[in-house]
Amino acid sequence: MIPLRRIWGLMYRHLALYRRSWPRLVDLAYWPIMQMIIWGFTSHFFANRLGSAPAVTVGMLLGGVLLWETALRSHLGFAVTFMEEVWSRNLGHVFISPLRPWEMIAALTAMAAVRTALGVVPASILAALLYHFNIISVGPVLVLFLLNLMVMGWWVALGCISLILSQGGGAESLVWSMLPGLAPLAAVYYPVAILPHWLQPIALALPAAHVFEGLRAAVGQGVIRWDQLAWASGLNALWLSATALLFWQQFQAARRNGALMNIGE
Amino acid sequence: MTDAIHVESLTKRYRETLAVDDISFRVRPGETIGLLGGNGAGKTTTIAMLLGLLVPTAGRITVLGHDMARNRFAALAKMNFSSPYVALPARLSVAENLRVYGHLYNVRHIERRIAELAHELDLHGFLDRSAGKLSAGQKTRVALAKSLINRPELLLLDEPTASLDPDTGDLVRSWLERYRAESGCTVLLASHNMAEVERLCSHVLMMKQGRIVDRGTPSELLTRYNRVDLEEVFLDIARDRQAEIA
Repeated sequence: MIPLRRIWGLMYRHLALYRRSWPRLVDLAYWPIMQMIIWGFTSHFFANRLGSAPAVTVGMLLGGVLLWETALRSHLGFAVTFMEEVWSRNLGHVFISPLRPWEMIAALTAMAAVRTALGVVPASILAALLYHFNIISVGPVLVLFLLNLMVMGWWVALGCISLILSQGGGAESLVWSMLPGLAPLAAVYYPVAILPHWLQPIALALPAAHVFEGLRAAVGQGVIRWDQLAWASGLNALWLSATALLFWQQFQAARRNGALMNIGE
Repeated sequence: MTDAIHVESLTKRYRETLAVDDISFRVRPGETIGLLGGNGAGKTTTIAMLLGLLVPTAGRITVLGHDMARNRFAALAKMNFSSPYVALPARLSVAENLRVYGHLYNVRHIERRIAELAHELDLHGFLDRSAGKLSAGQKTRVALAKSLINRPELLLLDEPTASLDPDTGDLVRSWLERYRAESGCTVLLASHNMAEVERLCSHVLMMKQGRIVDRGTPSELLTRYNRVDLEEVFLDIARDRQAEIA
């Protein structure tokens, strides 16, 4: 009961911030919608030009856009929520309260889920209205795809936060560039087989590559690739454990070297 | 009776720098103790270790009966901290900020507690204003309200009246005196304001270069250094005139 209250306390802090700042709310939905519009017209153009089945081409590309945005928004939701504490120089107060580090992680995760929903749901509705692409038509397996990509967003963000604890606010740029930098390896819009041979094992170490292979099979062939989902889930468990360990080590190091006292500097 | 604070052989070293050098002290429940020293004396480092924000290199801290190395969260729930140098989220209103910390400290009947604090610290005029838009005096009162939200048994104050005009500073000091008398709260006060320390503290620890170089009640220190106020004692210690006095 008490941990839930503390977790809610940190969530309330951020929800109150959004209630008071409409630019922050607009920002949540702006990029997913822009991506959806650009890729929607692009996929229609290619489908008509190449003479391929338009529904499948549009489905693969727009499905890719929506699912990749899920990973991106989850990552940014988690990391930016932490950065808000750094920017407002409030981390000192948070860390001297009875809030445990794992409770802070739980609050960041919940806020990431809220921010992801606020970003991706409007883009999904737009995809259905403008391009007649209903992401729900992928089927119940969609939930597993989304969950795996959200978890990937969390652990990449946890890795970024660990680096900020270790290197200070100077590592902030990693928050913005880390996950977008992994996009070429995530095989969002093309199969992993397109990549050079030496790059393929690296791509396959990322859960996202397996999710998007699974998405293409579901949209193109109507097949559910449970093997890809198992790989994605297993890799997520591995990466999440590794970054959780990294976070714990860096948090303890920050308590030893005094970084928690001046992390925004 | 268990000490409110028990510090034994506390040391903090950052590579080549010895920030706190083997200090020991006890604070009894209900006592107000002053931590005095110039810049770089080790006051902030000591407070950070008392709050569990910083891990000591050596030594042991027990706060309200809890070993800070093993069970710091039990102690943190019963203590709090205020400093004009640690901000509250500027975009949140005063009431929202207090609500956040009410949840983090598991305060029952938060709205009632906020109303009490608003009455005691005269926050009513700006409860709904963003914390970032307050004057220095208002920010200090809000920071104090935040530090009292959980009715702490131990209150750590780092220069609570810094940047306040004399009138507001006096109001805050009067309020602290009254609160301490009514609540029985233990207070550790770090300050550069010697008059404030003389007025509020029953004991004083004088720090210099990471060490406690003298201690006693304000009147003991004045007698020992043959001075009329703590500011002169402070200068004697800062300028190494202890040997001459002895």
